[in-house]
Amino acid sequence: MTTAIPISETMAPPRRPLFYRHALLTRLTHWTNVLAVAVLLMSGLQIFNAHPGLYWGQYGADADTDKRWFEIGAIPGADGAMAGKTRIGPLMFDTTGVLGVSNNKDGVSTAIGFPHWITLPSVRDLATGRRWHFFFAWVLILNGLTYLIGGIVSGHLRKDVVPKLAELRPLNIAHDIVSHAKLQFPKGEDAKRYHILQKLAYSGVIVLLILMVLTGLTMSPSNDAAWHWLSEMFGGRQSARSIHFIAAWSIVAFVIIHVLMVLLAGPINQIRSMITGRFDLGDAA
Amino acid sequence: MTILTRRSLVTVGAGGLLLSGCDKLSYNPKMVSVLESAEGATERWQRLIGRNALAREYTEADMSPVFKANGSRSVDTDEYLAHSESDFADWRLKVDGLVARPLSLSLAQLRAAPQRTQITRHDCVEGWSAIGKWTGPQLGHILKAAGVLSTARYAMFLCADNYGGEASKGGDQSAGLYYESIDMVDAFHPQTILAHTMNGETLTVPHGAPLRLRVERQLGYKHAKYVMGIRLVDSFKGFGAGKGGYWPDRGYEWFAGI
Repeated sequence: MTTAIPISETMAPPRRPLFYRHALLTRLTHWTNVLAVAVLLMSGLQIFNAHPGLYWGQYGADADTDKRWFEIGAIPGADGAMAGKTRIGPLMFDTTGVLGVSNNKDGVSTAIGFPHWITLPSVRDLATGRRWHFFFAWVLILNGLTYLIGGIVSGHLRKDVVPKLAELRPLNIAHDIVSHAKLQFPKGEDAKRYHILQKLAYSGVIVLLILMVLTGLTMSPSNDAAWHWLSEMFGGRQSARSIHFIAAWSIVAFVIIHVLMVLLAGPINQIRSMITGRFDLGDAA
Repeated sequence: MTILTRRSLVTVGAGGLLLSGCDKLSYNPKMVSVLESAEGATERWQRLIGRNALAREYTEADMSPVFKANGSRSVDTDEYLAHSESDFADWRLKVDGLVARPLSLSLAQLRAAPQRTQITRHDCVEGWSAIGKWTGPQLGHILKAAGVLSTARYAMFLCADNYGGEASKGGDQSAGLYYESIDMVDAFHPQTILAHTMNGETLTVPHGAPLRLRVERQLGYKHAKYVMGIRLVDSFKGFGAGKGGYWPDRGYEWFAGI
């Protein structure tokens, strides 16, 4: 007969007190931001589909091919069926199935910029897309201001998020890149703070979100009348629209890497810390 | 293999459920009124930061080589066609409603009034922009001549075109007589003009001949074309679906400053 071993000794490691990593304000504003960014991206692509072209400068419309650097369109293919084409500067790509031509909700091949599954609403409806967009733009702004003011007052931004000059040394950055590449995540005391790549990523996405708000305001004709300096800063309304689009996809790129890192670093511990605030530091190496 | 298929099915199913949930929410009347509450906040914000602010004006060098004509590009009623054939010689702009002195103005009278020329950017709700030069009397000047009563809250622009929508906008595309309205802040704004001339030439039919409203701090759909009459009102009741404009009746913001 084998000796009964208490389950706790074999299955679960001894309990460690959890480190209180994220303040309530950070957690609340984080998840509000997740919702706002998701709605803004999907409704934004609905809006983009009304005119799937981007320009540099003050103006830009159908005839201004010299100012247009990006476009999604549909042209008849060799077999007579419509082919989706996406052009970035001089580069032309066949994007049938995703961009330009894709199946709608009912499986019918349709000429449309971004496909139905990424737009809000999923049918072509600019008015409804705008309604979602301009409500959640306010959510993003008020939530962002709450986070920034809270972060400045508490010192959270300065202490935890904004990179310190010494951390920006190339050797320090290289060291952090190597540990990320080896998937060696900080443990113990070392996990109580963000390292340089994380700091750069989080402060970078804050800058991108501010850029989204400012380029968004630049596109509003009434806001532009009050604040000419915005469209002057971005080089014109159509340039602001282009930057808005590029910054939006940069945020998507951030989210993909961010979620990937959460999955690699231990999703349960990571997600728990953003819900309850409690983080298991793990055993120091 | 089976597991993968099942898993991908579950993923697609969950995604589909989420999307159709969002679509249901998009058209839920309660959700719509929650989302529309942002329009009032936006209007108050923009009035706060620049109630009397002037839209950017450009130089001739900044002008679009081609100014896109969008929305209605022609009107096919017998009355309009007759006016168009006679170069609008017998056409009259009617100004009525809540005014002390209703007016009936010919194009010659509109051209004889003090004129304003401005090179401004036209921003379409679809996303494109075009810069053009517009000339016409200030709406405020005309309204002063008519003597707007203190009960008037909006200037309503009644147009000749029966519009059937724009495929790129999607949503409700039902036909209806075009109309638009602005409040008194925009009506008396110095850049709000009744343009009879575009880029130095008489306004053409695709651009709204004989008269097009320019309300420079709002999106293109507010710039009513083929303006036949201006009525001063205290509410939108009795016009279209009562939202104050052709596109507002079809889900777009009445305050199109964004």
